[in-house]
Amino acid sequence: MAEVEKNILKPSKPSPWNDPAVRSMVFQAVALIAVVYFFYIIFQNTLHNMETRGITTGFAFLDKSAGFGILMSLIEYDESHTYGRTFLVGLLNTLLVTFLGVILATSVGFIIGVARLSSNWIISRLAAVYIETLRNIPLLLQIFFWYFAVLQVLPGPRNSLEWQETFFLSNRGFYAPAPVFEEGSGVVVGAFILAIVLIIAIARWAHKRQEATGQQFHTVYVSLGILIGLPTIVFFLSGMPIGIEYPELKGFNFKGGTNIIPELMALLWALSFYTAAFIAEIVRAGILAVSHGQTEAAHALGLRNSPTLKLVVIPQALRVIIPPLTSQYLNLAKNSSLATAIGYPDLVAVFMGTTLNQTGQAVEIVAMTMAVYLAISLTISAFMNWYNKSKALVER
Amino acid sequence: MKKTITLMGAIVAVGMFATAASAATLDDVKARGNLSCGVSTGLPGFSAPDDKNNWAGLDVDTCRAVAAAVLGDANKVKFVPLTAKERWTALQSGEIDMLSRNSTWTHSRDLTLGANFTGVNYYDGQGFMVSSKLGVKSAKELDGATFCIQAGTTTELNLSDFAREHGFKYTVVTVDTSDQSVQAFEAGRCDSLTSDQSQLYGLRSKMSNPASAVVLPDVISKEPLGPVVRKGDEQWFAIVKWVLYAQVNAEEMGITSKNAKEMRGSDNPAIKRVLGSDGTFGASMGLTEDWAYNAITQVGNYGEMFERNVGMNTPLQIARGLNDLWSRGGLQYAPPIR
Ligand SMILES: N[C@@H](CCC(=O)N[C@@H](CS)C(=O)NCC(=O)O)C(=O)O
Repeated sequence: MAEVEKNILKPSKPSPWNDPAVRSMVFQAVALIAVVYFFYIIFQNTLHNMETRGITTGFAFLDKSAGFGILMSLIEYDESHTYGRTFLVGLLNTLLVTFLGVILATSVGFIIGVARLSSNWIISRLAAVYIETLRNIPLLLQIFFWYFAVLQVLPGPRNSLEWQETFFLSNRGFYAPAPVFEEGSGVVVGAFILAIVLIIAIARWAHKRQEATGQQFHTVYVSLGILIGLPTIVFFLSGMPIGIEYPELKGFNFKGGTNIIPELMALLWALSFYTAAFIAEIVRAGILAVSHGQTEAAHALGLRNSPTLKLVVIPQALRVIIPPLTSQYLNLAKNSSLATAIGYPDLVAVFMGTTLNQTGQAVEIVAMTMAVYLAISLTISAFMNWYNKSKALVER
Repeated sequence: MKKTITLMGAIVAVGMFATAASAATLDDVKARGNLSCGVSTGLPGFSAPDDKNNWAGLDVDTCRAVAAAVLGDANKVKFVPLTAKERWTALQSGEIDMLSRNSTWTHSRDLTLGANFTGVNYYDGQGFMVSSKLGVKSAKELDGATFCIQAGTTTELNLSDFAREHGFKYTVVTVDTSDQSVQAFEAGRCDSLTSDQSQLYGLRSKMSNPASAVVLPDVISKEPLGPVVRKGDEQWFAIVKWVLYAQVNAEEMGITSKNAKEMRGSDNPAIKRVLGSDGTFGASMGLTEDWAYNAITQVGNYGEMFERNVGMNTPLQIARGLNDLWSRGGLQYAPPIR
């Protein structure tokens, strides 16, 4: 029956050129072809012009050895590696400062944002001063401030500030002991990973139990215990296979240990503290957006201030906070390219700076660099959108 | 970010207007009424603003000589300060007519950048500057040291060659401008500032306490520095090349900015050819016959240019050495104008 009725109601099919659906498809296809053709022409024209001018093109340079040094690299690198490798080195350095920056900026931002709303006059004033100062001074100046006014005036390596002959701070950076993984250390690392898995499992179990019975569990203390305890026990049982290497002053500078270069510190602090000021305002707005009735209701149920904030206000505020927070993360990632101003070897400094110059292949290198920033931004967006969805109001 | 935009602009320009810009540079310069010349962001002796805020230096004078030859006025130059990183795109995109920025002539730059070196206005080599407190006497003692260098220079490459050759471990702090590297060096971020040796003297003179640094005697590379033009414009290439040759020839013949006027009446045919009172050498490049005369009277011969900017009576106090005329044991040698 229904089948027949549908067929009767359906209008007769118009000829294709009168069909709005077909038409719009055609128009879109034409527009797309025109756009693609436009870029193709530009591309061809560029290639042609570069060729007639004797400028080398193509990506063959990525396999040639670079022949220059880079200040800091997370992967093995020296001048005998390829230009392609310099791309990776720069990319990882960019990702490192972005990742650390997002974490630091978020932590500081949340603290300042909550402090801004504190009923304690001094605390809320201090938070306001922080926000107004940091977000109104250009980021580049803040980078210069940390780098030139704070870190470069530190004494040289021979007169470093030191703590217990293990930690050293000088104008060459911060030196700390580094773990040395000897034979058999795999077990300890394994234990560490096991500890993390255990913690996740316990957290899930505790969450389920609380939903079912309302009983709470001291997840934090237990987790900490497992995280520290398990690897430590295994470490001693397996005969202490992880040693410690202390930084030592040899010749011009410290050798051994781990080193955080001042360029990284300056860039990280400037990016984080600057972005944190914006995040603080976003957090404040988010919290204020949760109607005061919610707080009053929580209080009426006997919840004290801190659980009220944790269990009632913040989960609702997050829905308002996450979208603008994403923009701040994107800004932070892109602002990290100011690194070249102080010589932190990020993607722009290493790849679009030195590599571009040594090879002269501006078009390829700029295109690759732009593609990377686009990819980083899209990844951050995608992650935050997913997070946003998971926090969005679930109607029951 | 600003640099990225400039760079992208440059690339778009290469893509779209390349044919327009690669046409006769000479006509562009004449029509515009000034020469656009790429120089450094500030390197005493080579290209830096003087106390009256006029650009001065050997590289600056090289530009001025071309302006004098082409436009009849050595002051009709627009100087465009460029970092080492920016220089090639600025040249490729047509933002500048010529580059005169202590740039080393190398095989790859000559062949892959769409650029042509026109000659050598200074024979240099890479050296090292260290703090005198360190007590270092030779570059061979620099194993394990940290070096301040500039991005996009031959310096970066030579340093790693040198380190590999001697089995050194080293760290580099790579910055964009020489101001930044001097600042980092003075702050003690690096143990040594390395660059073309002549430039080290210039950079040292920029320090707040020049006496606190010494330039080591070692020279680890060949750095023939010279003017550069875009590929594909033979006429312009010839002009920039022959203006410098004319200045070297003039020194050899004893023609100076002071005596050029009277020398014009000389009986020596070689001198007459240089000064334009005989032959059509200017016309064959699209210039007037007093092209070299203008360059020499307004800027001077090569020796005058050298002494005025980097010679013994300047803060840099550099002896002629390699940059003396071939007839006095140096390398400066110009093909004859005939
Ligand atoms: N001759 C080398 C080095 C040129 C270079 O850039 N040297 C630095 C000296 S530290 C300089 O001139 N800096 C001036 C500036 O930053 O504008 C080359 O062509 O790559």
